[in-house]
Amino acid sequence: MLDIRNLNARVEETEILRNLSLRIKPGEVHAIMGPNGAGKSTLGNVLSGRPGYEATSGEVEFNGKNLLDMGIEERAREGLFLAFQYPVEIPGVSNMEFLKASVDARRKHLGLPELSSFDFMKIARETSKRVSLDAAFLKRGVNEGFSGGEKKRNEILQMMLLEPSLCILDETDSGLDIDALQVVAAGVNSMRSAERSFIVVTHYQRLLDFIIPDYVHVLAGGRIVKSGGKELALELEAKGYAWLEDEVA
Amino acid sequence: MSETSPQDFKHLALSLAGAQDSAPWLDSLRFTGTEQWLEAQWPGRRTELWKYTPLASLQRGQFASWGSAQAYTLAEHALLSLDAIRLVFVNGQFDAQASAGDVAGVVRFSKADAAQQALIEARLGKIVDTKRHLFASLSNAWTQDGVLVHVPKNTKLELPIYIVHVSTPEATPATANHRVLVVLEESAQAEIIEHFISDEQAQNGFVNSLTEIQVGANAHLSHYRMNLEEEHIIHIGGVHINLASNAQYLGFTLSEGSQLKRIDYQICHKGKGAHAGLNGVYLPRNEHLLDYHTNVEHEAPHCTTSEVFRGIIADSARAVFNGRIHIHPDAQKTLAELSNKNLLTSDKAEVDTKPELEIYADDVKCAHGATVSQLDQTSMFYLRSRGLCEKQARTMLSFGFINELLQDLPQQAVREHLHRHLTQLFDKDHFAS
Ligand SMILES: Nc1ncnc2c1ncn2[C@@H]1O[C@H](COP(=O)(O)OP(=O)(O)OP(=O)(O)O)[C@@H](O)[C@H]1O
Ligand SMILES: [Mg+2]
Repeated sequence: MLDIRNLNARVEETEILRNLSLRIKPGEVHAIMGPNGAGKSTLGNVLSGRPGYEATSGEVEFNGKNLLDMGIEERAREGLFLAFQYPVEIPGVSNMEFLKASVDARRKHLGLPELSSFDFMKIARETSKRVSLDAAFLKRGVNEGFSGGEKKRNEILQMMLLEPSLCILDETDSGLDIDALQVVAAGVNSMRSAERSFIVVTHYQRLLDFIIPDYVHVLAGGRIVKSGGKELALELEAKGYAWLEDEVA
Repeated sequence: MSETSPQDFKHLALSLAGAQDSAPWLDSLRFTGTEQWLEAQWPGRRTELWKYTPLASLQRGQFASWGSAQAYTLAEHALLSLDAIRLVFVNGQFDAQASAGDVAGVVRFSKADAAQQALIEARLGKIVDTKRHLFASLSNAWTQDGVLVHVPKNTKLELPIYIVHVSTPEATPATANHRVLVVLEESAQAEIIEHFISDEQAQNGFVNSLTEIQVGANAHLSHYRMNLEEEHIIHIGGVHINLASNAQYLGFTLSEGSQLKRIDYQICHKGKGAHAGLNGVYLPRNEHLLDYHTNVEHEAPHCTTSEVFRGIIADSARAVFNGRIHIHPDAQKTLAELSNKNLLTSDKAEVDTKPELEIYADDVKCAHGATVSQLDQTSMFYLRSRGLCEKQARTMLSFGFINELLQDLPQQAVREHLHRHLTQLFDKDHFAS
């Protein structure tokens, strides 16, 4: 699914990711934890092609293709999805029109027929119900005036509609109340399948009680310093990150 | 010396006035207008109100004849689908066949009864300040017909008044004078939609339009004005509004570019507690020149003004926005806000924006601001990360920029019409490059 080999990347002029390697097979869920400023969001941004985030060396293979050669929209159409840590507000652009345009683009890429507006609206309404977002949010501007939690649920809604093959969730749990956390987790779990993989970036072990990962990685200082099973998250919760830095050093 | 002297249009305009036959009761207005037109200085680069807007295309235009009623075919959906009292003018001539509906108080000047004539005589040309507005003098000089909307005290017009002005192809460059007078008496209510369009084939034409509005005490007017004529039409227009105490005026205006468009809005708060809301959108492209001048005079206390204008300037087009708010010494407790935001979608696009605040009262709250920017990069990335191509993302963002002013329009027919019309316009790329 995804094979990152010795990736180095910089933001503006600063080297952030250093020799990072990570392999994800279809159907796997990988959690990434790590201190603030470690480079977790940077990894998501580099993978999704955000301008300003430049891979300086290394390789990334996504479903057998060279990911770093693809444009932003091409990656998305190929099935890569990043749920933003800070979703963007775009007033004046209707959420429904935005969602339809993105689903149209993905379907076209897959050689599927375009959905009629009516069919799409029906699907969008049903899906928004599944993430407990009132259908009224579909008519508003993209994330316009949404609360923090509503924005996160809108990200999950997009993910469900786009049916990506690789979903990167960047702190989708932060800012969610307990009910919303369960809603989001249920949404993610309902999408788990043998063909779809997830990278779940989080600071809290709590999320991993709901979305049970196959692997947990610790990202610190721009590289993966430790990997393990889901128990690692509990250990981190108990001990913090300092012991790891000692171990690495 | 260039071959066209600056006198050309001025004199052609006078002969055009001479070529009209009009009702004698309008003579004095026409006479005064003609006199002022003759005396006025032709605007040049040193004329403050016309500094950024040269009238060269008007000079070149050779507008030597009046428009005539031509057969025309409009594109499907060119008009609003709306249950309304509809008055249609073609090249300035009334088109009875295309018009529909009837209501007491709404009448063309040429059909006005004695009382209505008296009302027109008393108000027409009195709301506009012709000293500041040269083309209002011309409109006076050219007054032959027009529309009176008179709503008596405590009356609400149930249907909107929909006034359409169509420019169609003519053999020679033609001129149209478009005049509206609105008088809402105390506690009256009405909704008026002015819609200017042109046949795609229309060649050089000049539209001079003037709308004067008196909103009486506690009266309420909703007013839409769309200037959608294409390429070859020159439009110089003015909307002049007087507000009595506790009157409310809610205006929306949208202009597409053409070789020259200049629209003036003048709002005077005459009585205390009045409110004016004015939102506007301008969309010049190609080589268009589009100029909005707005001026709000706060003469009375406790009045409020909220004004928001947004423009997207594409290709090699130029826009001018000048928004003045003038708070007189007596206008204490004024609340006034003016915002102007511009988006340039090409390196060659230009905008001159100038908000002006003049405050002579001490207990007021005023805010104004103007910005010129490009599309937000983070938003671009967000849209593209969902699979939209760059062009689609640009189109969506620039449409969103003006849609903020369109999406909440209370009149559904206008909202839907503009949404459809502008979606087509934006698909043509100008506003997405
Ligand atoms: N656009 C940018 N410009 C400059 N520096 C940046 C930019 N984006 C990230 N950085 C820097 O890169 C480093 C890694 O940031 P990143 O956002 O990837 O951390 P993170 O692991 O996601 O942290 P958090 O847990 O706080 O979300 C930080 O030092 C940050 O300041
Ligand atoms: Mg982060």
